[in-house]
Amino acid sequence: MTMNALPPPENRTKVVEIKDLVTHYGDRMILKGISLDILENEIMVIMGGSGSGKSTLLNHLLGLLKPSSGTVRILGQDINAISEVEKTRLRTRMGVAFQGGALFSSMTVGDNIMLPLKEHTELDESTMSIMARLKMEVVKLSGFENLKPSELSGGMIKRAALARAIVMDPRLLFCDEPSAGLDPVVSAAIDELIISLRDAMGMSIVVVTHELESAFRIADRICVLDRGDILMVDTVEAVRNSSNERIQNLLNRRLEEATLDPDDYMRRLTIGI
Amino acid sequence: MPKRLVRIAEKTGRATVMGVAEIGYGAYLFGESLFWLIMGKRRRQPVRLRAVMAEAMEFGVRAIPIVAVLSSTVGAMLAIQGIHTLKTFGAESRVTFGVALSVVREFAPLITGIVVAGRSGSALAARLGTMRINQEIDALHVMGIDPVRFLVAPALFAMLIMLPLLTLLADFVALTGAGLYIGVQLGMDMPAYWDRVIEALSTDDLGHGLGKSAIFAVLITLVGVVNGSLVEGGAEGVGKATTRSVVHAISAIVVTDMLFAFILTR
Repeated sequence: MTMNALPPPENRTKVVEIKDLVTHYGDRMILKGISLDILENEIMVIMGGSGSGKSTLLNHLLGLLKPSSGTVRILGQDINAISEVEKTRLRTRMGVAFQGGALFSSMTVGDNIMLPLKEHTELDESTMSIMARLKMEVVKLSGFENLKPSELSGGMIKRAALARAIVMDPRLLFCDEPSAGLDPVVSAAIDELIISLRDAMGMSIVVVTHELESAFRIADRICVLDRGDILMVDTVEAVRNSSNERIQNLLNRRLEEATLDPDDYMRRLTIGI
Repeated sequence: MPKRLVRIAEKTGRATVMGVAEIGYGAYLFGESLFWLIMGKRRRQPVRLRAVMAEAMEFGVRAIPIVAVLSSTVGAMLAIQGIHTLKTFGAESRVTFGVALSVVREFAPLITGIVVAGRSGSALAARLGTMRINQEIDALHVMGIDPVRFLVAPALFAMLIMLPLLTLLADFVALTGAGLYIGVQLGMDMPAYWDRVIEALSTDDLGHGLGKSAIFAVLITLVGVVNGSLVEGGAEGVGKATTRSVVHAISAIVVTDMLFAFILTR
């Protein structure tokens, strides 16, 4: 998880540059002028509770939302200023694993993973099939290519979504809540997988999550988002030791939930029965 | 009281704006679909023939049994009513003329349109709505796959081919249904009946019916797609959109049909 082998941050390419990003939903301001750089080959975790604006921020990074003001540059290109053709080309260089997988339910897992290849390359069927299987091997999902997404477990869906996201060998990978809704063991395995993708394939990875444990495990740097503002962007250690009250609140609230007293919990459930 | 009036006016205004916006969105989708059908190859993002075939199978081929059953019933019904009415004037033998024209110009396109709106318009809305909720539409965007090219254009193209073909089938089946009844009632044999039918019809009549069905095809597809892609609020939203798309599509078909009759038949 350390960045020992990498050059110092100031020498690394910025794969994402967000400048003074402001968004409104109706009259409500969701993102209040945030700026953030994400560097080559790092795992940046954007962390925040619900309502922090992290999903909105992700949608901006993916070019699915237009900001009220400010710019978003992905791999050097302003995603809101380029033509549709350029945008399509840019999008072949980024991969996205959605929270619920967003696999196409009418297609098999294998066809889902092959889809970007089918649409953007002229490779023949067997080559595409091999490439898809290669990626399924990477996410440890080999042998499941003929199943429909509805036949997969939660963890397998996340793996399949990751395989589809990396099938074009993107430089930039986005993961939306990769460990949400999974049990701790499966969640840890997905985290390992994300780290290995960065190490083995040299990707820059942006993870949006509200799970502290997962964030601390995988992040090179964490961006803490709260009510539309960035509280801090720093290493795991620095965030953990931050004296900022709002950050401490955010961290402690989770920890309180985690250290639930089982006896007390049972008593509350069975009260009056 | 004035406050209430203001609220009613506000509601009506908002609904009108929404309606106009939806029609505009439909028109935009139509334009985009045509763009991808024509320009897709040049952009190296063609509309896939396989997707068109799959939709054509679903919209067209699988609708054949129900279209056949309903149109033969309607044909027989028209013959029964026609003979009954014309008996008053002692003109039963003219029934073929009336049946042939009303089937080809009105009933076949209308029945086929309504059946397909109920079967496929709703299915389109439900499919797109579910895809939207599951972020599958977002996934297409971020994979650099235009959802209009990938989902809407094949459906529109398939519908544009299949609905006129189904209508042609409905023409034939309805006229056969009518012919069987007329044959028995008036003691006319089938070749003589078909001779009269062909005599009664011009290519104009056939074109009128099929042209209408092509317009219905566009209406059904766009209504389904617009309702599906504006879904909000989970599974319940999908259900609402599905119902809405059937009601809207059938209304659009019937109103268009009347307009056609008004403009071209007088």
